[in-house]
Amino acid sequence: MKALAAHRRHPIMGLVLLLLALGVVGGVYGVATTAPSSADTALVGDQTQIEEGRRLYLEGCSSCHGLNAEGGSAGPTLIGVGAAAVHFQVATGRMPLAAPGAQAPVKDAIYTSEETLQMAAYIASLAPGPAIPTAEQIDYTDADIAEGGVLFRINCAQCHQAAGQGGALTQGKYAPSLMSATPQEIYEAMLTGPQNMPIFADTTLPTPDKQAIIAYVVDLQQAPSPGGLSLGRLGPVVEGLFLWTAVFAALIGAAVWIGMRAR
Amino acid sequence: MSITEKVGAGTADFADQRLGSNKWLGKNLKKVFPDHWSFMLGEIALYSFMVVLITGVFLTLFYKPSLVEVVYEGSYVPLKGVMMTEAYASTLDISFEVRGGLLIRQMHHWSALIFVAAISVHLFRVFFTGAFRKPRELNWVIGVGLLVLALGAGFSGYSLPDDLLSGTGLQIARGIAQSIPIIGTWAAFLLFDGEFPGVDFMSRLYMVHILLIPGLIIGLVTVHLMMVWYQKHTQFPGQGRTNSNVVGYPLLPVYMAKAGGFFFIVFGIITMLSGLVNINPVWIFGPYTPDQVTAGTQPDWYIGWLDGALRVMPNWETVAFGFTLSWNILIPAVIVPGLIFTAMALYPFLESWVSGDKREHHLLDRPRNAPVRTGIGVMSIVFYGLLWIGGGNDLMATTFNLSINAITWFLRITLFLLPPLAFIITKRICLALQRKDRDKLLHGYESGRILRLPHGEFIEVHQPLNNKEKAILMAKLDSEQEPLALPAKTDANGVKNKGYRVESLRARLSHFYFADTIAPPTREEIEAGQAHVAHEAELEAPLHEYEEEAYVQVPFHGGVLHREGAPMTNAEALEDSRRTD
Repeated sequence: MKALAAHRRHPIMGLVLLLLALGVVGGVYGVATTAPSSADTALVGDQTQIEEGRRLYLEGCSSCHGLNAEGGSAGPTLIGVGAAAVHFQVATGRMPLAAPGAQAPVKDAIYTSEETLQMAAYIASLAPGPAIPTAEQIDYTDADIAEGGVLFRINCAQCHQAAGQGGALTQGKYAPSLMSATPQEIYEAMLTGPQNMPIFADTTLPTPDKQAIIAYVVDLQQAPSPGGLSLGRLGPVVEGLFLWTAVFAALIGAAVWIGMRAR
Repeated sequence: MSITEKVGAGTADFADQRLGSNKWLGKNLKKVFPDHWSFMLGEIALYSFMVVLITGVFLTLFYKPSLVEVVYEGSYVPLKGVMMTEAYASTLDISFEVRGGLLIRQMHHWSALIFVAAISVHLFRVFFTGAFRKPRELNWVIGVGLLVLALGAGFSGYSLPDDLLSGTGLQIARGIAQSIPIIGTWAAFLLFDGEFPGVDFMSRLYMVHILLIPGLIIGLVTVHLMMVWYQKHTQFPGQGRTNSNVVGYPLLPVYMAKAGGFFFIVFGIITMLSGLVNINPVWIFGPYTPDQVTAGTQPDWYIGWLDGALRVMPNWETVAFGFTLSWNILIPAVIVPGLIFTAMALYPFLESWVSGDKREHHLLDRPRNAPVRTGIGVMSIVFYGLLWIGGGNDLMATTFNLSINAITWFLRITLFLLPPLAFIITKRICLALQRKDRDKLLHGYESGRILRLPHGEFIEVHQPLNNKEKAILMAKLDSEQEPLALPAKTDANGVKNKGYRVESLRARLSHFYFADTIAPPTREEIEAGQAHVAHEAELEAPLHEYEEEAYVQVPFHGGVLHREGAPMTNAEALEDSRRTD
């Protein structure tokens, strides 16, 4: 106490106090605004996980995203993208990118789920961002499928197609098929807006709505096709292709058979 | 008399005493139809249309053409409680509540697709074989009318379920109506009963789909068939077939059995297909609301080329005097299809004007013998195919990992480049085949056998054509067409020729059509050629004599040679040794 009292009048103390006050205010604000992402703070807390994540990051990601995740000409900054974005991109194999292109394609994941979480923790430690959704958040069992269908057609179908089979965007970009997406991935995608997808934050699409959409997509993935073979549920083009190949082969084959002279 | 004969005779007698039908039936049941598988393509269209009619009647029992909003309470869970129109709800009910409803709905849709496709392949057959020539031009025009009506029937049916796809299609149709200069807005109001999507619209569309268009189709199909009956069916050239006879089977019993059997085959294929393969899962697409659209929105295949034309068209618009002219819609959706269908309907008259050919044709052309016509046909198919790719450009992009912009530019260029190229290549192939035919007529087949003559000369032995093939090739001699001569600018007295411009255009077109054909050999040349073939056969004859001697078989792995009079041939000996093994 004595030492503190002795330096109380030191000229630098004004600056120190100012920084302290700014730190407290900023900290409180930061904690207050990211209050829902409690998982985030849990991850931030684990220092060894962050260290390990940083090592993996420097090894596998920094050549494009920069040594401090500040981004560059080859890749965007990752400061503030949050753990959810890292988990989505790495767990689906989209990152690390195999080759530059219009869009990162889905591949087999390169990192284990533990490594993925470590990298997510490292990125989350740089700045606050959307956290990996909890099991509670992606629990869609009570959601209304029909409501999810309406929301899906309003928000998702124009790119991902009504049956979730995906669709084309401009210049070689595309909205991927949702047929192999897990509930967690769907939630993370809505939360973080990967690639060309817009962000559907909790302010525009609250958690119950996201759950309803997940319920609808899962239903699309699992639902049987009542009318027989579904032909990929890609619509009239595939139906036309099937008609002009298989069906007409059968019909013209029958015509040739009947037109043959009896021997 | 057996019982069948008794009953048959009794029925015929009963009808004849009241209707006088025996004379007519006696003549017409013996009517002869030529036999070829490609003559049955039109039948596929007829039979699939019957299936469309039968299933369509079933669907009208349950479908409600109403845009009144209701809450869905049916058994399809993912739509439960959703607001939708009665039209859409009743379509869902047909699919999920009505017994057998989904099967019938799918039969209706599949057979509609087959109907238009069968019309198209039937049209190919008629076009490429020149079956539209005099006296059948009017039946061709009716056929084109039927094709357009079939497109209308299909599109109106596609729009009735009021799902997301049909609503989007209707919105495009409305845009097309609006793009017509001056009357566009009013035309759209008239069609849709006011602003989109209107209130009375569905019942109007329903009337068009189940009454107006089917009525017209049935009427025109009847005329189409009556004309075939009256004018008799064309036939391919062949042995004993001339321009003034029909070689084939009588209607009863052969052709009736064939046609009747084919009806059941087509019906069976459609039913099996509809039971096994899903088409238009409206429950997936959801109810139509004007603010929604799904990726991969496509029309059924027969509208795909028009959609493709819209998709590849650059975004051109002109604003004049405060009015917007939407070339981006007007050209691909109104002008281009308008020109194509008009040209199609008028083609027989154009060709007969160019050729100056006013003869009746009951013998078909082989496509190779009309190279320009065949070229135009292939060119049109390539053009259509490219627009088809345009209609599915988004699926092409995702399936083949391409950029949709690159596909659009590829099509904008190839739509002008590839069809002429296809024309040139097709014409060349046709001419090459004509040369081959000419050679065959002159020298017969190349047998592949090289013969060395006693004085050292090598010749390839040719074999004479059989009569059947010769008859087919000889047909070209009668159908040969000379290009018209260029007209004179002035007549002998120096008076100016008033029709010079038109006549010279006609002569130049005629030149384009017929100048390159390979002239077939004359009958004298053919006879000389056949004599030559016979001479070669004579030269080869000693070899055959040698072959026909006792030593015919080559020994099998040390087997016994067969000599005349020996108990077993080599083949028998071989078979025998196998059995004992």
